[in-house]
Amino acid sequence: MKVIVIGAGVTGCAIARELCRSQYEVTVLEKASDLCEGTSKANSGIVHAGFDAVPGSLMARLNVRGSELMEPLSRELDFAYRRNGAFVLCFEKENEPRLQELKERGEKNGVKGLRILTGDEVRAMEPQVSDKVTAALRAPTSGIVCPFELTIALGENAAVNGADFRFNTAVTGIRRKDNGWTLETSKGEFEADIVINAAGVYADRIHNMVSEEKMEIIPRKGEYCLMDKKLGGLVDSTLFQLPTQYGKGVLVTPTVHGNLMVGPTAVDIPDKENTATTAEGMAELLQRGAKSVKNLPLNQIITSFTGLRAHESHDDFIIGEAAGAPGFIDAAGIASPGLSSAPAIGEYVAEIVQSIAPAEKKENFIGARTGIPHVAGMSPEALHALIEKDPAFANVICRCERVTEGEILAAIHRPLGATTLDGVKRRTRAGMGRCQAGFCSPSVVEILARELGKDPGEITKAGGESRFITGYDKEGLA
Amino acid sequence: MKEHDLICIGCPMGCNMHVTIDEEGVFTVTGNTCPNGERYAKTELTKPQRQVTSTVRVLGGALDVVPVKTAAPVPKEKIFDCVRAMKGLAVPAPVDLGQVLSENLADTGVDLIATKAVGRK
Amino acid sequence: MKTQIVIIGGGPAGLAAAVSARKAGAEKVLILERSGELGGILNQCIHNGFGLHRFKEELTGPEYAARFIQMAKEAGVEAMTNTTVISVSPDRSVTAMSREKGVFTVEAGAVILAMGCRERPRGALRIPGLRPAGIYSAGTAQKFVNVLGRMPGKRVVILGSGDIGLIMARRMTLEGAKVLAVAELMPYSGGLKRNIVQCLDDYGIPLLLSHTVVDIRGKERVEGVTVARVDDKLKPIPGTEIEYDCDTLLLSCGLIPENELSYDLGCELSPVTSGPRVNERLETSIPGVFACGNVLHVHDLVDYVSEEAEAAGAAAAAFVLQGELPAGEPLRLVAASGVRYTVPSTIDPGRMGETQTVRFRVGNVYKDCRVAVYLGEERLRYIKKRIVTPGEMEQVILKKSELSGKTGELRFAIEG
Repeated sequence: MKVIVIGAGVTGCAIARELCRSQYEVTVLEKASDLCEGTSKANSGIVHAGFDAVPGSLMARLNVRGSELMEPLSRELDFAYRRNGAFVLCFEKENEPRLQELKERGEKNGVKGLRILTGDEVRAMEPQVSDKVTAALRAPTSGIVCPFELTIALGENAAVNGADFRFNTAVTGIRRKDNGWTLETSKGEFEADIVINAAGVYADRIHNMVSEEKMEIIPRKGEYCLMDKKLGGLVDSTLFQLPTQYGKGVLVTPTVHGNLMVGPTAVDIPDKENTATTAEGMAELLQRGAKSVKNLPLNQIITSFTGLRAHESHDDFIIGEAAGAPGFIDAAGIASPGLSSAPAIGEYVAEIVQSIAPAEKKENFIGARTGIPHVAGMSPEALHALIEKDPAFANVICRCERVTEGEILAAIHRPLGATTLDGVKRRTRAGMGRCQAGFCSPSVVEILARELGKDPGEITKAGGESRFITGYDKEGLA
Repeated sequence: MKEHDLICIGCPMGCNMHVTIDEEGVFTVTGNTCPNGERYAKTELTKPQRQVTSTVRVLGGALDVVPVKTAAPVPKEKIFDCVRAMKGLAVPAPVDLGQVLSENLADTGVDLIATKAVGRK
Repeated sequence: MKTQIVIIGGGPAGLAAAVSARKAGAEKVLILERSGELGGILNQCIHNGFGLHRFKEELTGPEYAARFIQMAKEAGVEAMTNTTVISVSPDRSVTAMSREKGVFTVEAGAVILAMGCRERPRGALRIPGLRPAGIYSAGTAQKFVNVLGRMPGKRVVILGSGDIGLIMARRMTLEGAKVLAVAELMPYSGGLKRNIVQCLDDYGIPLLLSHTVVDIRGKERVEGVTVARVDDKLKPIPGTEIEYDCDTLLLSCGLIPENELSYDLGCELSPVTSGPRVNERLETSIPGVFACGNVLHVHDLVDYVSEEAEAAGAAAAAFVLQGELPAGEPLRLVAASGVRYTVPSTIDPGRMGETQTVRFRVGNVYKDCRVAVYLGEERLRYIKKRIVTPGEMEQVILKKSELSGKTGELRFAIEG
């Protein structure tokens, strides 16, 4: 039984991994050069507790389930996750009843441990929370995760269990053929019995290739800024703002690697590739973020970025067989809390596939994965032992995040290894620190070229024409 | 009489100088804080010169290129002739610091020398 | 392992400090350098203009470095390259790692911080737009062109007129690229005047003062940038946009001392320089830990880095040979109107040498002004200056005789 998953983001990777538990022949088609190149790479990295979604919705069910699965999964697949808890901050007395509503909604969804605290109780736990906060909803099960690590871990593990990932392969057309599907792509045709559409902001285009019942995904642009690691300790919990008539508010959160993040804005845009940041967006989110905490040090921003959430007008995930397209399963409209829900979406889609085309469980499925060792967090003794085994772990390439050649080599030579600078960055954090790859990018280009047997001029930031080098010295002299 | 304002580049001080050249071609320089300023002003307004620094390809070296300089300043209008002349050069490793890599570069009468030692690969 | 002095960083500051410490009598001086060779960033600064003060001749970066590497060798300084320091403790034990030794600790009598600085990245500048390849800090481009022999782009716009940006405008031009413009946010350049003349004017490259980049286009590789004029609050003025078709944007928007180790060690840092606060011997708030060069504050000329580092080396040697000198009541240095900071932050007249160099930078361009130094109400200096600019470091040399027995504040100001 051949299953093709379109899209190697967190949703596609989670689905592929779950399918690999059974006797399916799984192929993942991805238009970019690596895993995690779309919505999955630019989001809040929050594992939401699940109080936000409408009770009874697919979103509510999969979010709560995903949140439960995340911790054991982080141990099984060795990615960074921390259950840091969240607050929804309320700034006006008159809005406090809405906290209660949110709490009741969460309880209906099955979220555990929700309680309402006074402003002072919040500040006792989080001293940097603004004095203007009158009350807050506490959600102890909320967590944070590294979205790259999660996606890459799922993808890698799927590959180890037999999934065939094809990168730089964009689906351009889908035809019904006999009882299955033929997919036209930029790299030739692929045949499948079952197709799963996990194409993120492009899921509407893929869906509309096969179904009469049209879908529209409108990217919702969210800008973020990331602050220096010195500030990760400013707050321990994720701080949401209670939505008001003035907007949804922005969150302030530590990341799982200890940076501080502020975001996102929310603007619906027509362009599915428009990941540009704007001066207005930055100003807006910093101003809104400053509402939550007392001293938001704006001079500590190390980078900003924009993510596009795959927002569909029904405000729920669309998961299931598309109308009039047997064996074509959508996993579309996976906006927030898509990251949190991913493990549950994987399970759910695998169940749907089983119901259409049952397959036996694989005996030899390997669920566990060991990630790349991270020198930065290691004890001197463990590091010494690692260097004795492989001296490349003593050669620091990225100073800011203390990433060594050993880690970069591991990132390149693992299953679905990195082939680009962004690929190395997302697997090792090289270039993610405060100098933002100023020092390490020439070295990473050289290492990638050497290890992949390429010329440095062929090495790209993220595939396509995103080359770092345009020629040799003096080549352009007339 | 001609007047010129120029910034001395003789050293990082960057003195703002005012230069007058009278009918007999006599220079009067003000604003300089050392004799180099006057010398620079005269050269700059009669035959401007620059020392050129660049790189030359190395064959079989620990580095692919070696940094180089013209051993002395060359006429300003010859700068691009100099780098074009370097384009065709490739030197085998090892390269010594101060090694002459090309004599009389681009007919300037000035040699091209290595500014760093590069060992073999 | 044990040694008298450990120096973290083998660039110009570390090398000069090491040589000076040996000359001052320290027997065992060890440099720990993270890269594969000594010389630091000078190795990629292949242009000339170094050493005019120091050697009275014009050297390139690698040549300047080679002279100090030779001096260090002759002075019997030990150096370990490819060795990264992980941490320094207040009792001056330095933990490092290398391929050969794994993780190891050196117990030192004194430590000199000489880690240098880094460039301010795009994120810190909050430049809006897309994130394609082709956006580099000027120093990254410098490494590609000067060390690897590869061009990072063909048509270039440079944001920021710091010295590395100006130098790279010329380097890229000489290597066959077209540099379209240098945009500078401030109404003045942050670089040396000689670099504006030699690197921009010589090649007809326009310097757009009071301009910034307001958009970056291109999905995979940069395809263009938009530059706009800014008002006196540094906000872009609509309608003044200039579009450039280019494949590269270089950023030269300031340098930041690299103080991770100092921060973790608990050194008191200056919010203005981002470097440690030091006393007259360039000793940080941690006894026996000294700092010099760009890790302390960003210098304009390497010649001054060497000079400062020699002072730190001598002070560290004195510390290990004689121990901590008895401390008196130090004078506190105050950066007043127009002066952004001073190095050092305090001077103990009882412990200072016969003279004390105070280095500082100004916050704006001042013409026909005076550098004034006050000790309480008493004016010690009133130095006439034709021009002072933020791009160039200033210095005042004070004498022991005029500070001896005094207490209170030493105030530095730009006047008139």
